[in-house]
Amino acid sequence: VEATLLRTPLYARHVSLGARMVPFAGYEMPVQYESVIEEHKAVRTDAGAFDVSHMGEIHVDGPTAQEFLQSMLSNDIDRLGDAEAQYTLLTNDAGGIVDDLIAYRFGHGQFYLVINASNRAAVYGWLKEREPRGCEVRDASDEYGLVAVQGPRALERLGFSEAPAFTHGMGELDGVEVMVARTGYTGEQGVELCCAEDDTLALWDAILARGVRPCGLGARDTLRLEVCYPLHGNDITTDTDAISAGLGWTCALDKEFSGAAELRRIKEEGPSRRLVAFVMEERAIPRQGMPIEGGGEVTSGTHSPMLDVGIGMGYVPTGQATPDTELVVDVRGKPRRARVVKKPIYQPTKEDEE
Amino acid sequence: VPAPETYPEDLKYHSEHDWARIEGDEAVMGITWFAQDALGELVHFEAPAVGSSTTKDQPYGEVESVKAVSDVIAPLSGEILDVNQKVVDEPETVNDDPYGDGWLLRIRLADPGEVDALMDVDAYKAHVAEQ
Repeated sequence: VEATLLRTPLYARHVSLGARMVPFAGYEMPVQYESVIEEHKAVRTDAGAFDVSHMGEIHVDGPTAQEFLQSMLSNDIDRLGDAEAQYTLLTNDAGGIVDDLIAYRFGHGQFYLVINASNRAAVYGWLKEREPRGCEVRDASDEYGLVAVQGPRALERLGFSEAPAFTHGMGELDGVEVMVARTGYTGEQGVELCCAEDDTLALWDAILARGVRPCGLGARDTLRLEVCYPLHGNDITTDTDAISAGLGWTCALDKEFSGAAELRRIKEEGPSRRLVAFVMEERAIPRQGMPIEGGGEVTSGTHSPMLDVGIGMGYVPTGQATPDTELVVDVRGKPRRARVVKKPIYQPTKEDEE
Repeated sequence: VPAPETYPEDLKYHSEHDWARIEGDEAVMGITWFAQDALGELVHFEAPAVGSSTTKDQPYGEVESVKAVSDVIAPLSGEILDVNQKVVDEPETVNDDPYGDGWLLRIRLADPGEVDALMDVDAYKAHVAEQ
């Protein structure tokens, strides 16, 4: 029996906007409205809006919350000030990645985690099971709507003033109260807006009325891959570790957290394989699961709308991980040449460079 | 602007959403509006070599969108006389004009009798309606 798919508060609006709906992480989500490529380019040149209400939100509150999260998450949460946010990992005892997430600090003993929809049960279960005295872990995913507005003109279109990346605060957009976070998954400037579930539709309509283009999960994936942001389930999983994935910078190895000892060992010995970014040198589009000659494997692949070539990420033996190394991807039985490149594959234009 | 949904009356159709325009003992082939719409904007056409052959009901190439890859099924058997290089260079041509500039192959029919097994436009429209 197929499980019933969940819907975000914007489901009916997506349908009326002509979106093609697909199952994703247990939800019916828009993969595109009119065109993945046009939506992608809108985010790179102007502004696009994404319904990410399917993502999970977990509150971790109490006098021992910080100490608890410091022992659970890979990054150093003690460095997080009020109104700041931090990209971090939840790791298992073997150093595998249970999820990658953003931790927000509101104040002393007040934290909020935004996690991948597909890992909601795993992350909540993991934390709840280990919840110490003096700390409450609460899954608040169904209480909030979440909309990302991304692109070089995102802030201008919303009438928001500039703020440093990875900061957040309370705000208001056309009468809707929102938590504004300077975070995102596209490599562009932008915000993620969190509101009460019942306000999501009003928020979305207000954003679109300001000339922001609705964008689906298709563009979200091509945007994140161009800038080499890993996708949990593809590029990072419970079977991959942060060091091999190039996420060592998110791991404070001088503290204790699950898997820290194993990660220290991998770092010291050097990982046997690494997650690299590559660009196809022949006409072909790499896809997840394709073998790379020499023992590697593609973990994410697509067509880059900005570069108009096939691009991807994948694990290769360390000897093949240096930028400029030629790779051969097995594209359904046909060998196709690719080249390892420095991350990111595509560098978004910074406004001050224009 | 995406092309409007159309199924020309002068074409023959295959259930895997391919079309063929019969021109004497040759045929021009491509994918239907329905196929390109289901895939989304095409970004790659993996074309067969001129001089090789197609076999009815068998794949002869692949078309890819950003999200998906799909075999292209031959509606008819024959020797490949020409591949549309414009589609190789600009695959989105198929989305813009699936029955005109977006044709994929020209073949010399190996067995003109195969044409009888293809659908006419009304049968194909009924087939699309069931999808």
